[in-house]
Amino acid sequence: MKPVAGEEKNPMGRTAHSPRYSLSHLKTLEAEAIFIIREVAAELERPALMFSGGKDSIVMLELARRAFAPARIPFPVLHIDTGHNFDEVLEHRDREVKRLGLTLVVGSVQEAIDRGVVREEPNGSRNRIQTAVLLETAEKHGFTALLGGARRDEEKARAKERVFSFRDEFGQWDPKSQRPEVWGLYNTRVHVGESIRVFPISNWTELDIWSYIEQENIEVPSLYYSHRRPVFRRNGMLFAVHSFCQPRPSEEVFEADVRYRTMGDATLTAAVPSTAATPTQVREEVAGTRLTERGATRGDDQVSEAAMEDRKKEGYF
Amino acid sequence: MDLLRLATAGSVDDGKSTLIGRMLYDSKSIFTDQLEAIERTSRDRGDDYTDLALLTDGLRAEREQGITIDVAYRYFATPKRKFIVADTPGHIQYTRNMVTGASTADVGIVLADARKGLIEQSRRHAFLVSLLQVPHLVLAVNKMDLVDWSEEVYESIRAEFVEFASKLQISDLTVIPMSALKGDNVVERSANMPWYQGAPLLHHLENVHIASDRNLVDVRFPVQYVIRPHQNLNQDYRGYAGQVAGGVLKTGDEVVVLPSGLGTRIAGIETADGPVEEAFAPMSVVLRLEDDLDVSRGDMICRPNNRPSVSQDIDAMVCWMGDSPLVPGRKLAIKHTTRTARTLVKELQYELNINTLHRNQEAVDLRLNEIGRVRLRTTSPLMADEYGRNRATGGFVLIDEATNATVGAGMIVGAD
Repeated sequence: MKPVAGEEKNPMGRTAHSPRYSLSHLKTLEAEAIFIIREVAAELERPALMFSGGKDSIVMLELARRAFAPARIPFPVLHIDTGHNFDEVLEHRDREVKRLGLTLVVGSVQEAIDRGVVREEPNGSRNRIQTAVLLETAEKHGFTALLGGARRDEEKARAKERVFSFRDEFGQWDPKSQRPEVWGLYNTRVHVGESIRVFPISNWTELDIWSYIEQENIEVPSLYYSHRRPVFRRNGMLFAVHSFCQPRPSEEVFEADVRYRTMGDATLTAAVPSTAATPTQVREEVAGTRLTERGATRGDDQVSEAAMEDRKKEGYF
Repeated sequence: MDLLRLATAGSVDDGKSTLIGRMLYDSKSIFTDQLEAIERTSRDRGDDYTDLALLTDGLRAEREQGITIDVAYRYFATPKRKFIVADTPGHIQYTRNMVTGASTADVGIVLADARKGLIEQSRRHAFLVSLLQVPHLVLAVNKMDLVDWSEEVYESIRAEFVEFASKLQISDLTVIPMSALKGDNVVERSANMPWYQGAPLLHHLENVHIASDRNLVDVRFPVQYVIRPHQNLNQDYRGYAGQVAGGVLKTGDEVVVLPSGLGTRIAGIETADGPVEEAFAPMSVVLRLEDDLDVSRGDMICRPNNRPSVSQDIDAMVCWMGDSPLVPGRKLAIKHTTRTARTLVKELQYELNINTLHRNQEAVDLRLNEIGRVRLRTTSPLMADEYGRNRATGGFVLIDEATNATVGAGMIVGAD
């Protein structure tokens, strides 16, 4: 091998210490995510981007736009509609799809319930049963790779999941037989029937997401910012009065300044007290918070300490 | 604020999980509900104190058996830096996990138990950090509280390690005495070891200089994806997307495309934020070229007088990660930068004992978690650099074409 040291008088080599050649942590995370999204488009047959309308999937969509500009995003957007939505989120979804000229594929949980494919859970949440609808919709459209906005800081089981996460014919995750991910060399090969979930923002934290939304001026549904609305207290959390989520007689309704930290199933996603009305204020609030976003707002993850691990093994994204 | 990637290796006995838990806890990156959950678990199990290791052991099987199965990633930030911690188990059967964690790390932390001194495992971890060319190594001499904060004990471990490290390729070594359990010299300076003049671990991690670790000299741009809009507005647009793997690219630069060797100039460097004058690692950008050449995924753009080797014969150190052994004659797929080819294992030159560094030239195969030097012949040429010069263009993975499993991680030593 003929190494190349010093063969070229590269003026840049001398300014290696210059801050000019350092990239901020957000731009580093962005570059990594764009690389992963392009890798999916280059190597996988029929990918789709899972879009829920939540902040993480909005950032994902923005990263995908950046990965292929000035061309359009070369794959469709997939939304699993639990039927328990916040109106603002659906409006935002439709606006984005139109603005970016994308194809939207919707898998409806309500329709699956009507067809008898899945059964409503006793607590009314559709978070768990949406897995079956996701798998069915992906199969129907022949999607072999699903890009998702999951982050490793969300939960302990996610902390051990790969960027390219393989699922067997039943969409199940086996944490003990994951492929090593060395350097940025992702092995994207799948057998017929298997599929991949890909998580380009694995290394982002909630604070990174908000810092990025602030820095890049990204629009998110207004529910993420402080607003005044009628709420009631249940299991120590604040729930908005909503057509899917009514207070019991013992639960007192009162007005409060709240915002949402996550956008899940509207029956189970709680709001947090907040006066943060701008991306900067939210970022500052998130930097100072002492509760995880799931712990603060998700009824479904409090079921057991391994709730997420169990759901992922069933095929939850 | 910049980003630092950290790899730790160790077993439960080293106090590695406690150390990570301590860094997260003292940097206020642990949330109240997480802490309450592990306090509850510790209490239920009858532990004497809250076991911070529970923060990092995420899977049900791990918590039940008190073991760490896999690489886990942790995140914390201080006002100076964001940290990504790849937390890997330390036993020899997890060598492949350690290799995975170290492959992208800026800093590797090796733990030693002050009571036991340097054991085989600490040496093995230091060797892997050096093999993967992690630019900075920290030896954390932990459990100093259990040796009465003894300077002599620390000094003898330090001296022995420095002697051992001189045989490895380690460019920057820092040794820190600490007690992760008590919090001494992790985030806060220890009052129990006034004889130690250096910085606590977190202060070191916040300040270690990593900007010069990147290669800003050798221009390397593996073409990842060709962007052709097929839209009325941009009909003639053709851009080559990729992540810069080395050097600084500038608009107007003369470049060649490998393996074809055809030359042109950079017409423009684009990002979604608009055009930029220069691009450097690890930026993801789109290059436009002045001439309409045939360029596709897997090609490499570089400068005419600074090229990687273009070769089908590759010498490499390989860490074997597969269940069935690597034997000469075996055929595999190889992924190097954005190029995938097939390869034949022509020769196993030796197996390297990662505890003693002895080279066993009689070895007939490489088994799971073993490391050895091999000679490969690939079906199409790779644009190869020595791993020591550029981790991005010197590393590759081997894939079993029958099972699709990733079975090896390779570091190029030479190509001709």
